[in-house]
Amino acid sequence: MSRTYVGMPAFPRAAARAVDDAVLRANLRRATHTIRDRRAAAVAELADWAQLRTAAAAIKDRTLRHLDHYLLRLEENVTRAGGTVHWAADADEANRIVTRLVRDTGEREVVKVKSMTTQETGLNAALEEAGIRAYETDLAELVVQLGDDLPSHLLVPAIHRNRAEIRELFRDRMGAWGRPAPEGLTDRPAELAEAARLHLREKFLRAKVAVSGANFMVAETGTLVVVESEGNGRMCLTLPETLISVVGIEKTVPAWRDLEVFLQLLPRSSTAERMNPYTTMWTGTTDGDGPSAFHLVLLDNGRSDALADVTGRQTLRCIRCSACLNVCPVYERAGGHAYGSPYPGPIGAVLTPQLRGTASPLEQSLPFASSLCGACYEVCPVAIDIPEVLLHLRERVVEGGEATVRGVRTVVRPARRRALEGAAARAAGLVLDHPAALRRAQRLLYRTRGLHPRRLPGPGRAWSAARDLPPVPEESFRDWWARTRGDGAGRGGTA
Amino acid sequence: MTGRPHDPARERVLARIRRALADVPRHERPGDHPVPRAYALTHGERTAAERVALLAAHLEDYRATVHRAGAAELPELLTGLLRRRGARRVVVPAGVPPEWLAGVGAGAGVEMVPDTPGLTTGELDRVDSVVTGCALAVAETGTLVLDGGPGQGRRRITLVPDHHVCVVRVPSQVVDSVPQALGRLDPLRPLTWISGPSATSDIELDRVEGVHGPRTLEVVLLDEAAP
Ligand code: SF4
Repeated sequence: MSRTYVGMPAFPRAAARAVDDAVLRANLRRATHTIRDRRAAAVAELADWAQLRTAAAAIKDRTLRHLDHYLLRLEENVTRAGGTVHWAADADEANRIVTRLVRDTGEREVVKVKSMTTQETGLNAALEEAGIRAYETDLAELVVQLGDDLPSHLLVPAIHRNRAEIRELFRDRMGAWGRPAPEGLTDRPAELAEAARLHLREKFLRAKVAVSGANFMVAETGTLVVVESEGNGRMCLTLPETLISVVGIEKTVPAWRDLEVFLQLLPRSSTAERMNPYTTMWTGTTDGDGPSAFHLVLLDNGRSDALADVTGRQTLRCIRCSACLNVCPVYERAGGHAYGSPYPGPIGAVLTPQLRGTASPLEQSLPFASSLCGACYEVCPVAIDIPEVLLHLRERVVEGGEATVRGVRTVVRPARRRALEGAAARAAGLVLDHPAALRRAQRLLYRTRGLHPRRLPGPGRAWSAARDLPPVPEESFRDWWARTRGDGAGRGGTA
Repeated sequence: MTGRPHDPARERVLARIRRALADVPRHERPGDHPVPRAYALTHGERTAAERVALLAAHLEDYRATVHRAGAAELPELLTGLLRRRGARRVVVPAGVPPEWLAGVGAGAGVEMVPDTPGLTTGELDRVDSVVTGCALAVAETGTLVLDGGPGQGRRRITLVPDHHVCVVRVPSQVVDSVPQALGRLDPLRPLTWISGPSATSDIELDRVEGVHGPRTLEVVLLDEAAP
């Protein structure tokens, strides 16, 4: 049932395969461009976007710099409100905790609402081994689950499937999972949504246990926040008797008031809406309304390793809005699966190597899956300088150096030269559609770094005032590669 | 058991975090790191009437249906909305003023179902409509917020039925912005923010109304100034 990303081929190979798939490319292209344009309009509506973005980055930094303090406050307040807090250093620990909690209820099935953290931990497979069936309830996750597939986008995990394919899946597979699709199902989106509504409703109504993630956790109050569209989140968060939320430790914000920043940034940045249809906020348990048992599982699983890296730390600001995916030329061509984790696109290229370390070919190749065009940084609502982190990780892969791996400070050895050249060269070849033109443009840009205004003058101003122009990275990939291939990579290259 | 100070996983995670933050100066306290809040607390100055008009426009933008009524017209309006819908069973939580639904019930063939702890999800699934008030509404985003207070009931009653009629007292329950809304809300109450009927964009990014929540959301702006 649930496949994992373990043993995924390294990025270039997986990406090359995806690039060959015309249907996938057309789906992705149409989807990312649609959402990109809508997002720009939603962002332009707020004249203070740049100020919100600055505040958001600062709030996340404030949290991360004292994460231990804020987690303890969070624990205290969740506990006071009737919840139970559990800590998991890695994926296995988290899966064991959740499995035990479900077993303790005596139930054999759970409903789930989109939670990238449980994809990261491979929870569904772990539950299955324990004889517990997990039902995904987001429309897109349902499509992915019925198709025995892997998600390919943070927000729209089935972005690689078009409506005709979804109809076929519903018609052929729904019956095996519960209520079958209605007779004569067409591929009209409204009909497909209706089929999902009927199929999932019986599961919601009988579910006793739900597993969720969360978008934010407020340390000061112990409040958790789930932002969603379909209402399956509300179903999972309010109907069952037991709720288990598995949340990455970096989702903490210090104060209730801080939500005023993120609740303005996230919907506009992710679904291009003023506000998403439903947001649920809950603090522990409430007598007579919603689950009577609430468990919060705080997941580390490599996050503290990223935290230890002063350059990489900013990656933990991410609020998973997926804006960086939709503007990324590499993602558009390569597709989500090539990134080999639940985190595709630019954010995946920087997050995955930090969570998992850079010991294997996939993680080594990910920092090269970028043209460093800077569009991801430009749209990022928490101002993560993804190009900067990419360059930093490239350096670690090529030259080795200090890094924290599962809590232990380690000296990482440079990647094998041959493996690296293959990975980097193929990633670069894939990235650079028109190598010569792009090379010229990039060089020009990098050489004149420091001369670029951060705001466009004249008519461009109204638009760019809300957003910073992408800063120019110190060094282009090509220059860097030319400089280091016989040098940096060569030095320890035969390790 | 986990979750208590002797949990080894807890100690391990906290120790890793503390080691990871060795670069943070010892004298820096939580909260010291500056957060520049130069953003706007509202986007524009509005009169009460403009605020209510903006709320209506934004609700409609996300395909809620908006009605306006004074206290005197409200019962007739609500009766009409339920009749048009063909609703036979309607959930009404405690705290909804009885005069709102004075026209419904007796003789109209509509059963009023109280929101009691004994009301199962299965029974709720056979209810046609729900009528509630709200805690507040946000004009800039077109959002209704329910907090389980009087006239709002448990969260599930505005989720399972397919038709939700929500009454907003205007202008007193309408705020301009998200920051203002958060300032008025109590985080210890269970909160549901609703912006239009449930929707998905998961199929080729077409927004489709109505997946799991109520597919029809009707909002009644109850004008406090009108008789
Ligand atoms: S890195 Fe930034 S743009 Fe990308 S998903 Fe995270 S918050 Fe959004």
